[in-house]
Amino acid sequence: MAVIGVVGAGVMGIGVAQNVATGGHDVVLVDTSDEVLADARTAIYRNCRLSRMMGGPTLDPDEVLARITTAVGLEALAKAELVIENVTENWEIKREVHAELDRILPADTVVVANTSAIPITRIAAVGGHPERVVGVHFMNPVPAKPVVELIPGFHTTPETLQRTRDLLTSMGKRWVDVKDASGFVSNRVLMLTINEAAYLVHEGVATAESVDDVFRGCFGHPMGPLETADLIGVDTILYSVEVLYEHYADSKYRPCPLLKQMTDAGLHGRKSGRGFYTYNS
Amino acid sequence: MSNDTTARILAFITNRFPQADITDTEDIFSLGYINSLFAMELVMFIEKEFTVTIPNDELRIDNFRTAKAMTELVDGLRSAVV
Repeated sequence: MAVIGVVGAGVMGIGVAQNVATGGHDVVLVDTSDEVLADARTAIYRNCRLSRMMGGPTLDPDEVLARITTAVGLEALAKAELVIENVTENWEIKREVHAELDRILPADTVVVANTSAIPITRIAAVGGHPERVVGVHFMNPVPAKPVVELIPGFHTTPETLQRTRDLLTSMGKRWVDVKDASGFVSNRVLMLTINEAAYLVHEGVATAESVDDVFRGCFGHPMGPLETADLIGVDTILYSVEVLYEHYADSKYRPCPLLKQMTDAGLHGRKSGRGFYTYNS
Repeated sequence: MSNDTTARILAFITNRFPQADITDTEDIFSLGYINSLFAMELVMFIEKEFTVTIPNDELRIDNFRTAKAMTELVDGLRSAVV
């Protein structure tokens, strides 16, 4: 099996690394500090333990972790056949990481950008090999979500797409083909919904509990939009809405001030222990 | 100890879901607003609160449906240690 590189050991990177490893590949997971990587291993161990309870397969945590090597810095990815980038949904950070990946990786390494809002063509333009860059929008929690959005950039070659599809198949994923437009399908709709739900709380029209209750009770959704915001990360929601706003220059994507305040206050949702709700972390 | 264990588990649930007016035999996942993600929080809470490690083969959703089931799980683990 191939060596797959995973950049970023946040919520998404952890899920991707686990899912790639259970798909039978060796994984090199990189981030900027040993502390973050140690926390990532702990989280992967815990998630593997709980996999069956969450409706997933029975996993041996030690076996999964044995396939995952961690390292500080992108140089450790030089031998990977394919790299999946999962850094913060922020253009400056993405641009820096992709510029460095372009310098470090051999020309035939496929680069998958895991993004929910930033256009793939824009990411691909950062380096000198736009043909090898492709977008995959994974959902959280990655191992539990069977479908992804697959987005070729303007220059993405059929070979890049095929190698990415092969990896997704080994991960047990089905993909929906979507053209390259900021937010793709999922986030053009979902981020506006969550942003508007945050406005309802901000304006005092309803509490977070009430907003979510309407979606669960009236529409039969398993989760309301603000529970979903906590699951995705309130900071990620803000960045995604900002990317849409910047990209379309349309006032309907105006970020809710409450999302900004919560992000500044460190209320990032489940991952920080508190967002619209409080969690036992 | 069981009553105290049950009370602490129920307190944890109602702290997160103030609208949950539940007995110790009620299936919390049938209430409609508690999903399986909360099961993960329950596992972590129980292990930290009662200083136990739940064996992997006991990590089944059925063990976490009711406060009673969770109490039995904790009691069983504690008596195994003693």
